[in-house]
Amino acid sequence: MSELKFTKEHEWIKINEGVAIIGISDFAQEQLGDIVSIELPKAGGVFRQGQTMAIVDSVKASSDIYAPISGEILEVNEGLIENPEMINQSPYDSGWIAKIKPSNIEEFESLMTKEKYDRYIGEIK
Amino acid sequence: MTTICSIIRIHLRWIVRTPFYDIHKSLGAKIVNFHGWEMPLQYSGIMDEHVNVRTNVGLFDVSHMGRFEIKGQHSLACLQRLVTNDLEKLADHQALYSPMCYEDGGIVDDIIAYRLGRDNYLVVVNASNRSKDLEWISKHLKSAHVEDISDRTGLLAIQGPRASDLLQKLVETDLQSVKPFHIVDTKIDKIECMLSRTGYTGEDGFELFFDSSRIEIWDKLMQYAKIFGIKPTGLGARDTLRLEAGLMLYGNDMDENTTPLEVPLKWTVSLNKKQEFIGKKALINSRPSRKLVGFEVLEKRIARQGNKVLIKGMEVGFVTSGNFSPTLRKSIGFCFVPTEVSQDQSIEIDIGGKHYEAKTTSTRFYKRKQSMQ
Repeated sequence: MSELKFTKEHEWIKINEGVAIIGISDFAQEQLGDIVSIELPKAGGVFRQGQTMAIVDSVKASSDIYAPISGEILEVNEGLIENPEMINQSPYDSGWIAKIKPSNIEEFESLMTKEKYDRYIGEIK
Repeated sequence: MTTICSIIRIHLRWIVRTPFYDIHKSLGAKIVNFHGWEMPLQYSGIMDEHVNVRTNVGLFDVSHMGRFEIKGQHSLACLQRLVTNDLEKLADHQALYSPMCYEDGGIVDDIIAYRLGRDNYLVVVNASNRSKDLEWISKHLKSAHVEDISDRTGLLAIQGPRASDLLQKLVETDLQSVKPFHIVDTKIDKIECMLSRTGYTGEDGFELFFDSSRIEIWDKLMQYAKIFGIKPTGLGARDTLRLEAGLMLYGNDMDENTTPLEVPLKWTVSLNKKQEFIGKKALINSRPSRKLVGFEVLEKRIARQGNKVLIKGMEVGFVTSGNFSPTLRKSIGFCFVPTEVSQDQSIEIDIGGKHYEAKTTSTRFYKRKQSMQ
C-alpha cells in the first residue's frame, strides 16, 4: 500500500497493488458539511486527470469531485448511494469513492504528500 | 456547480458582528458572511441542529435582523400605506406578517409589524434589506417617525416543541396565555425583555427582544441544555427548517421583481382594507403568468437556486430555493412555473447540464403536529 497523496481540490488517493483508491479528504468533508447524496461514475468509464468524475451534494452546496489521476474506473463504492454520510463519518476508509486503474502512474508522484497537504490547508484556513 | 475549493475559500471582509459573536466563536461555530454579517452557519452540524429543532428546541442568534421603532401621530395610517396586509386588525401586543410593495407591486421586503400601543409599532425586517427599508419607510412616514433600534437590541429565537416549557422556567408570565403572533413584556432574571410567539422554522417558538448589552441571556437559556435539549442553531439549519415549513426567503423566493400574487402570499394582500396602499393598483390589475410552487426531485440530487425548470424539454421556470429535507429525507425546494401548471405535475430540473426528474408539490412540506396551544 502506498502513502496517501492529495490534490489541491481535496481528493485523496492511495495505490494498492496497482489499483488507485480515491476519496475526499477529512478537511473537505468537514467543509462540505452533511453529505446527502452522491452521483458516482460508472465502472468502465475513462477519465483524464482533473476531469469531473463524481458530484456530491451536501446541505451546504454541490461539489464536483475530480479524478486525481487519469485512468479507468474499476469499481465504485455503491454503498454511498444509500449511505452518503459514510464520507463524513469515515472519509479515508468506508467513505472511499472509486477505484481506478491508473494509465499514467507518474501523475501520482506529482501529487501532494500528507505533510504538504496539511501545510496547504493550513494556508487556506 | 461549485468546487470544494470555492466553498472553502470564504474570504471574510471586515464586517459587522452581533453581540453574540464571541459566544459563537467560543462554541466553535463555522462563521459565514451573511449579507455583511459574520454569522454562525453551524455549530454541531446542520442536520443535527435541524433535527434538534424539530424534536427539542434550538437557540438562534437573529440579532442581524433589522428592527425599527415607528412612533408618533398617524403611525398606523402611514404603515397602512406601506404594507399590503391590514394592520387595523391588530390589537395591542399583536403582530402581523406582511409584504411591503413598490408602486408596481414588486416586493420591497417582507416584514413583521408588532403593535406595541396606539401609534407605536415595532417592525422587524430582513438583515439584507435594513438600509433600503429604513430609507423607504422614512420616505413615507410624514408626521410619524422611524428609528433604527437594531444596534441597541439583541434578538434571539427559541424554536421547537420544547421552547415553551423551557421559557416557562425563566419567565413568570403564563406562556399558555401568549398565543401565536402575540407579544408580552416580561423579565428573565430582572432583565426586561419582550417575548413574541413568532418564528421562522415551522415549529412553536418565541423571539426574544432585549437590550443588546444583556448577552448573559444566552447562558440563562442554555443552562437548560440537559433538561430540554436546547442547542445553538445556525443559519444553515434555519434555512432547511424554513424551506420544509414552506416559508419564503427574501432575495431567493421573492424580490423587487416578484409580486405577492406570484408567490403564496395572496392572503397577505388586503385589497379591502380602508386605506390605499402602495402597489394596490398594480396588484389589482396584475395577471400573474407564473407562480411559486414546491417541488421534489425524484432522483438523488439537490437542486439549487438558479437551476432551470423544464417541462418536456422546454424551459418554463427556475428554482429559487432548494436543499435536502432532513425531516422527509428528500430533495425539495421552491420554483417558479407557469400558472397553469398543476400540483403533482412532472417537471425536470437542470442541475449542472443534466436533467433530473422532479414533480411539483405544495410549498408546505412539513406541518407540525398541533400542540396544546
